Amino acid sequence: MTVAASLKSKSIWPGITLRWSSATLIFALFVIISFIVIAVTIPLWSPYDPVGMAGRRLQPPSALHWCGTDALGRDVLTRALWGTRYSLPIAVFVLGVAVPVGVLLGTAAGFFGGIIDNAVMRLADVTLAFPPVLLAMAIAASLGPGLVNTAVALIIVWWPIYARLMRAQVLNVKKLDHVDAAVIAGAGRFRILFKHIMPLCWSPILVNTTMDVGLVILLASGLSFIGLGAQPPAPEWGQMVAEGASNFYSWWIALAPGMAIFLISISSNFLGDALRDVLDPQVKLPA
Amino acid sequence: MKIGDMTAIPEPLLEVRDLRIAIPGRQGEHLAVANIGFTVASGEILGLVGESGSGKSLSMLAVMGLLPAGMRASGSIRFKGQEILGLPERQMRRLRGGRIAMIFQDPMTALNPVLTLGAQIVETIELHNPSLSSRELRNRAIELMELVAIPAPDKRFDQYPHEFSGGMRQRIVIAIAVANDPDLLIADEPTTALDVTIQAQIVDILNRLRREKGVAIALITHDLGLVAGLADRIAILYAGRIAECGEIGAVFQRPRHPYTAGLLAAVPSIDADVARLYAIRGTPPSLADRPPGCQFNPRCPFALPRCAEYNPEFRRFGETVVACHRAEELNLASDTADAR
Repeated sequence: MTVAASLKSKSIWPGITLRWSSATLIFALFVIISFIVIAVTIPLWSPYDPVGMAGRRLQPPSALHWCGTDALGRDVLTRALWGTRYSLPIAVFVLGVAVPVGVLLGTAAGFFGGIIDNAVMRLADVTLAFPPVLLAMAIAASLGPGLVNTAVALIIVWWPIYARLMRAQVLNVKKLDHVDAAVIAGAGRFRILFKHIMPLCWSPILVNTTMDVGLVILLASGLSFIGLGAQPPAPEWGQMVAEGASNFYSWWIALAPGMAIFLISISSNFLGDALRDVLDPQVKLPA
Repeated sequence: MKIGDMTAIPEPLLEVRDLRIAIPGRQGEHLAVANIGFTVASGEILGLVGESGSGKSLSMLAVMGLLPAGMRASGSIRFKGQEILGLPERQMRRLRGGRIAMIFQDPMTALNPVLTLGAQIVETIELHNPSLSSRELRNRAIELMELVAIPAPDKRFDQYPHEFSGGMRQRIVIAIAVANDPDLLIADEPTTALDVTIQAQIVDILNRLRREKGVAIALITHDLGLVAGLADRIAILYAGRIAECGEIGAVFQRPRHPYTAGLLAAVPSIDADVARLYAIRGTPPSLADRPPGCQFNPRCPFALPRCAEYNPEFRRFGETVVACHRAEELNLASDTADAR
């Protein structure tokens, strides 16, 4: 990736080089910021009612309906735009709970070791032993369909990843000389943990969280697609794609929500990649 | 803690006696440190010399109360007359960084990369003087940076470790170590990771600390040149035991243990025109396979049958103690040359 980046960098203006990686970063930031802006402001400028009829059913894309209409005559573009109001909050909520929980448990496991380590990591192992989609499906199905239950299922699937990541980080940093130096200076355990270990553990967590935004949205849409997440008539992307799948020859119904999922997933990946280039000392940036 | 017990003989600052450190192994325990004893007086520099695995670093970790988990130490370590071996962690923590401090081998990793250097010096001061204001802490830290000859300490205070060279970092490490005017400074190969010109500066700073602050230093090294330039006394360790311990000039001029003589002979000299550099034959015994009798006997050019039978008692020659059966009869300065 970085080799390719150095090959593709070119000067667009004296003193300013546009790298492949910075191009993707700009793209990613643009997509993510627009999605957030859309999610916040859509009620003010929504072209049509997202759950009401906007015209004749199953119309292909036209000047009036840029992305066509679905089987009930609702405007697909409008619904896809409203979809940001489901997918973004679910990503924020799932990661907002799963990351702190995972980080906390992982830190405790790595720092204290022993029985805490074993308890936390075996629990994580058990969770990770199931294919994530399958486990999320099982949990969501047993809790009953609905967006909140989907989020809960995803949190249960997601925290072990962060627990493992954080534990590995803590174990690595714990071995470093400056931690011994702090012990020798007479510092107590918690001071060492919070001042000398944890500040060195954040970058992989940050990178992973950024990348997972796309994955969470993808998996949440997947659960909605099979009917476990958002329920009709909610304009949720996964559920819209499912409607598109049942009207297979009206290809435009699935196109807009599909593109939305694709764009947000790939953007969060690009952003994560760019963050890692900056934060990971083992990745050498081309000069 | 009673400071300065009114006993007749002035007590050494640090007195290590019969120290044994056991490492659990597959077949029972192995003694990494079999029987080590030495003293460090106030304001004195003691050089602890020995090969890797001779027990020099482990003994010092035992003094700090920081032996790796699983290792057991027995014997006696007295600091200012107080037994500190097996002291509870809470009390040990008060000693560490306060009365006893330590300098590490590698200054590139001994500092926290995400804290400013100033903050790291301040932290150590603050841990032992929680009542100082932040202004006082800063001033004290800048004084310390001046003490270790950091130019423009005002500006340097807010810089990060990556902005410093190896030598400068080692000075900061030293500044942190002496932040609370410790009585004893343990320096574990403080110059090994530095180039020669920087080594000289560090030696200078250590010397000045001793002169100006009266810090006693336990210098762990395998650099005989460094010991010669800095230490008052030297203790030579071999396979977890003291081979020879005495005043530096006496030991260097008239080594009485064949191992000491071998070490000294192995130092290359610019004056001697030799085809081959001298090396002590063989390798040090492994932890699991210690020979009977004197630990050095399989490699010793002067070994007698009794050397493999029982461990030699310490013999005293003035200030020097030697653990060798033949210490009285050998004249090693010339005999080692013959043995080549």
